[in-house]
Amino acid sequence: MDVHHIARLANLKLPPKQTEKFQSQFDETLSAIAAINKLDTKNTPPTSQVTGQVNITREDKVDTSRVLSQSEAISQAPKSHNGYIVVPHVFE
Amino acid sequence: MTYSPVIGLEVHVELKTLSKMFCGCPADHFGKKPNTQTCPVCLGLPGALPVPNKKAIDWTLLIGLALDCQVNHHSKFDRKHYFYPDLPKGYQISQYDEPLCVNGHLTLSTSEESKATSEVTHSGSSDGENRVRINRVHLEEDTGKLIHAEVDGEKVSLVDFNRSGVPLVEIVTEADIHGSAAAKEFVKKIHQLIRDLGVSDCDMEKGSMRLEANISLSKDGTLPPYKVEVKNLNSFRFLGRAIDYEIARQKELLTRGQTPPQETRGWSEAKNQTFAQRSKEVAQRSKEEAQDYRYFPEPDIPPLVFSKEQIDAIRAKLPELPQMKAARFAKAYGLKPSVVTILTKTQASAAFFEAAVKEGQKVSLPPTVIANAMVNQRQAFKNPEDLVRHLQTQTQEKVSDKITLRQFIDQVITAHTQAVSDFKAQKPQAIGFLIGQIQRLSHGKADGKLVHQLLLERLESSR
Ligand SMILES: [Zn+2]
Repeated sequence: MDVHHIARLANLKLPPKQTEKFQSQFDETLSAIAAINKLDTKNTPPTSQVTGQVNITREDKVDTSRVLSQSEAISQAPKSHNGYIVVPHVFE
Repeated sequence: MTYSPVIGLEVHVELKTLSKMFCGCPADHFGKKPNTQTCPVCLGLPGALPVPNKKAIDWTLLIGLALDCQVNHHSKFDRKHYFYPDLPKGYQISQYDEPLCVNGHLTLSTSEESKATSEVTHSGSSDGENRVRINRVHLEEDTGKLIHAEVDGEKVSLVDFNRSGVPLVEIVTEADIHGSAAAKEFVKKIHQLIRDLGVSDCDMEKGSMRLEANISLSKDGTLPPYKVEVKNLNSFRFLGRAIDYEIARQKELLTRGQTPPQETRGWSEAKNQTFAQRSKEVAQRSKEEAQDYRYFPEPDIPPLVFSKEQIDAIRAKLPELPQMKAARFAKAYGLKPSVVTILTKTQASAAFFEAAVKEGQKVSLPPTVIANAMVNQRQAFKNPEDLVRHLQTQTQEKVSDKITLRQFIDQVITAHTQAVSDFKAQKPQAIGFLIGQIQRLSHGKADGKLVHQLLLERLESSR
């Protein structure tokens, strides 16, 4: 388990001390999950869900009751400008 | 040593549903005040529950079926993770290993124009014909929009989430395209097809259709060890120019014994060239391998299951598409492929032609004459009736010499035995076909009524 790699993908900066701490925690978590490998799953079909539901969709209707006002929408942003959320400059 | 271009395309199309992909916010975001069409779902606020828009799913299936794809009977959404300020959740809901549609194709014309791609020769695809395979058609959510600006003397990016969550269809081809002309023809056909389906405006200026090209050169038919991705191409012309530029640039590197680096490039309209995108974020994004997007099934959205009946019901909604229409025109009216191509270029011209054919029937004016008039004449007619009236007056100087006409009739009957037996089998369209062929021989000058009469006499007598 490469903690640095995971940290980079999660956009986190890890100081060396925490790297060590996370390393052992990750190992512990993975070994707990490894217990699943001991189960006999020969007759269990693979799935990506457990609810058994399928085809839960909605009709194509506009629901304005949930639309936020501009001021509500940007209220959690540290910085805004003319209704836009301001973030550090990125190139496109 | 020959280098052949190996090109794959990715086309993104925003669907024109009323509401967004996973929430009820309005999907029409163009020209709206920033951040006025958002809700907890499309802002990625904690606890919000995305629910897929059924129409967006149906329309994606429709696009896939129009491209001769197979529909996956079992499909699902997945989370694709990356960090960028236009992506509020830190992941995009997309599709990974079970896209809605797979394995389709679109056939390009085999005209000289699309073959004469560039100075670089190519060996041609192994399947021999001009067919571009479609790898997949999948459905995802669009991201927010970034504007780069200066605020209080500081360079910043401004985020507008009105576009966040708008249904976005991605069409991915195999690398079956071998030049800029074929690439342009492909995207023009996709553009026309999707507009005919009525599921997107495909307006490139407004960004509702976006193009990307993966370009590399194969040396002596071997698989290229690299791939250059050119993004953000917002017109057919820029796509063509970017491909031509990349082919020349990569050829020069290869000739010097270098392998072009695997990278993402942009297109500069001002400089008329592609350029390497070097920003930290883009570099980071391009470096990420597929597994580093940490795709996993979207746990908030149960899978989609389609029965054969459901798929057939959507297939039944397919309108007559350009390729189907072209095949029908050639068969029903006995038209040459070049004429068919011109007539079916737009839905409007095809409809005009068919209306004129109907009108022409009343005065025994054959489809071939109408088709030729539409193809050859620069003069525009307001409506099909005007065209037919014009052609009628024009053919006043008709060939009404019975001996000449009987010669034409004999020639056509000998050449088209199938149509003759169709006529005998009471298929009324056969007579129209035969008259069309006679008119072709007479360059449209045969007296329609007389031909009709003589032809009937001749057919009846040989019964
Ligand atoms: Zn929303």
